[in-house]
Amino acid sequence: MLYRESGDFKTSYAEDQQTFPIKSDRYRYYVMLLIAFAVVPFFVNDYWVNAIFLPFLIYAIAAIGLNILTGYCGQVSLGTGGFMAVGAYAVYKLMTAFPDVNVVFHILAAGLITALVGIIFGLPSLRIKGFYLAVATLAAQFFLVWLFNRVPWFYNYSASGQINAPERFLFGQPVTGANTEPWVAYLVCLAFVALSAIVARNLTRGTLGRTWMAIRDMDIAAEIIGVDPLKAKLSAFAISSFYVGLSGALYFVVYLGAVEVGEVFGITKSFLVLFMIIIGGLGSIFGSFAGAAFLVLLPVLLKNVLVGTLGWQTDVAAHVEFMIVGGLIVLFLIAEPHGLAQLWRLAKEKLRVWPFPY
Amino acid sequence: MYEQLVFAAEVFLNGLMAGVLYALVALGFVLIYKASGIFNYAQGVMALFAAMTLVGLMEGRIPFAHLINAIFGSNIHHFGWHLNAFVGLVLTMVIMLALAWLVQKVIFKHLVNQDGIILFMATIGLAYFLEGLGDLMWGGDIKKLDLDIPQGINLWIDETTFGMFGYGFFIDNLDIFATVIAALLVVGLIGFAQYTKQGRAMRAVADDHQAALSVGISLNFIWVMVWTLAGFVALVAGIMWGTKSGVQFSLSLIALKALPVLMLGGFTSIPGAIVGGLIIGVGEKLFEFAVGPMIGGATENWFAYVLALLFLVFRPQGLLGEKIIERV
Repeated sequence: MLYRESGDFKTSYAEDQQTFPIKSDRYRYYVMLLIAFAVVPFFVNDYWVNAIFLPFLIYAIAAIGLNILTGYCGQVSLGTGGFMAVGAYAVYKLMTAFPDVNVVFHILAAGLITALVGIIFGLPSLRIKGFYLAVATLAAQFFLVWLFNRVPWFYNYSASGQINAPERFLFGQPVTGANTEPWVAYLVCLAFVALSAIVARNLTRGTLGRTWMAIRDMDIAAEIIGVDPLKAKLSAFAISSFYVGLSGALYFVVYLGAVEVGEVFGITKSFLVLFMIIIGGLGSIFGSFAGAAFLVLLPVLLKNVLVGTLGWQTDVAAHVEFMIVGGLIVLFLIAEPHGLAQLWRLAKEKLRVWPFPY
Repeated sequence: MYEQLVFAAEVFLNGLMAGVLYALVALGFVLIYKASGIFNYAQGVMALFAAMTLVGLMEGRIPFAHLINAIFGSNIHHFGWHLNAFVGLVLTMVIMLALAWLVQKVIFKHLVNQDGIILFMATIGLAYFLEGLGDLMWGGDIKKLDLDIPQGINLWIDETTFGMFGYGFFIDNLDIFATVIAALLVVGLIGFAQYTKQGRAMRAVADDHQAALSVGISLNFIWVMVWTLAGFVALVAGIMWGTKSGVQFSLSLIALKALPVLMLGGFTSIPGAIVGGLIIGVGEKLFEFAVGPMIGGATENWFAYVLALLFLVFRPQGLLGEKIIERV
């Protein structure tokens, strides 16, 4: 009923390989994009944007980035927070050094700088694997946070040690700083998210994505069939870090506006993004979105229910949240290692033949 | 120059003692990893949980008091008794045993034969769960752990070194105590692994699961035993660190400190954990002493990781670990 394939004939390979092969699925995706771009901005208010939409969109970019590295290339990274910090501080330095350049270029350049840093910290991945590597990426996490905390050049010698986003304009509208309208911030992030998702999707199903997956599934075997592990691993680190840096930059300039590195980009952030891709689904772009949405909405929901409705203390609610998140991680790993994305896939399979499965 | 050297010697000694404490946490990791191939990220949180439970039991706090109060609107906090330290320790051990059994039963039984990295992520989930559970059970405040362990500067060392070098070394009694306990624990564990029936079974499981199974060793029993042992090590580590800096969230971060120790020493080697711990402990203290002031201080946060990272590039299996052989 909901997903009909009858009458939807493919006459070329390109059509067969497209991202949304089912027609009704494809139209639904276009409608969703249209709503996201053209309808939602008229209805959002400050609370919705700052509590839900901005964190969701920005974390979605970070989750896509980590998913490229962990889900597609199989290299677990616990340094996401550190790389987000690189993005944030890079964009800050660029914005203050070149105030006349458009902020969009700054954000993209911050992504590129993070990609370079990612390559440097990705070098050990050629020698060490598995959780040895996961622990090695912790070195990136702690070193980078320490660096931004202790070297005053990075925060322009400000007395507080914080960085503050200066006000910048895009098409005459302020996109950073205190005067930003909620809908402007939302649209900027949405544009970045949409573009990065499309690029990531096409990267992962192309040659590059296939080499990543070959490395993930069995690196020695991949090497024997001619995949260059150096190129595959470093490109995964670079592209993943680009995304993570992008999200870090957006997190700082559009969402928070002021950042203290140890607090915002600490190790908990690395775990949060890792949890997003585990719950959402390793090796799936949709999963990155689903996981980000889930872990952004869960605390808001729990807070509303436990603190708002039941009147519990906030610390009790926070502890319960920890237990639920931890429990869910274990549950997903046991019951559905491919996460929400796989549940969605199964649901679609069911819906295809619903209501007459036989 | 002479003064610098004496200072450095003091820093070296303090680093050695910190290293023993790192080694203590790292031991818990090695035990579980060797026997079950699980890299247990939750070890630090287990130390926190154990210490919290000990304090909670000794002070007679009511478990889940905050939750009960929140649900029923009551206002209960304490049973109103104070337990003897020994009874508290025994009860905490019982709880850690139950925890080990539950962890094995509920989580890792279902994850047998999964990739190491999946198991690792499951332990991260476990760590989050335990952290929430510990806070929910005993409250999230900073607790004071008081077991009458000697604390403060050791005057004897202070005076002796003053007589020898003209400068008194500052060495905490607690650190000395912890070093002795850790050394005893290590000797005990090695003895257990080498000379008892269960220890032999444990080593057999570590060597080859299927072969162990085929000669009649119960994997389940060994795994529960190993998690209990790790819980015991966590309890000792929790007591030492908890006495030092109070039982609080930061205690769980010592697990993160133990990771580079493991990488340096090798995941599969008990002596490696000890040597790695000492190297990291001494290395980070000396680095902070020598280079820290020049580049902004607080280098302890990352030095261990970067050292381990550089080391791994040249020797991926760590100092004393087994050689990694890869087969397709």
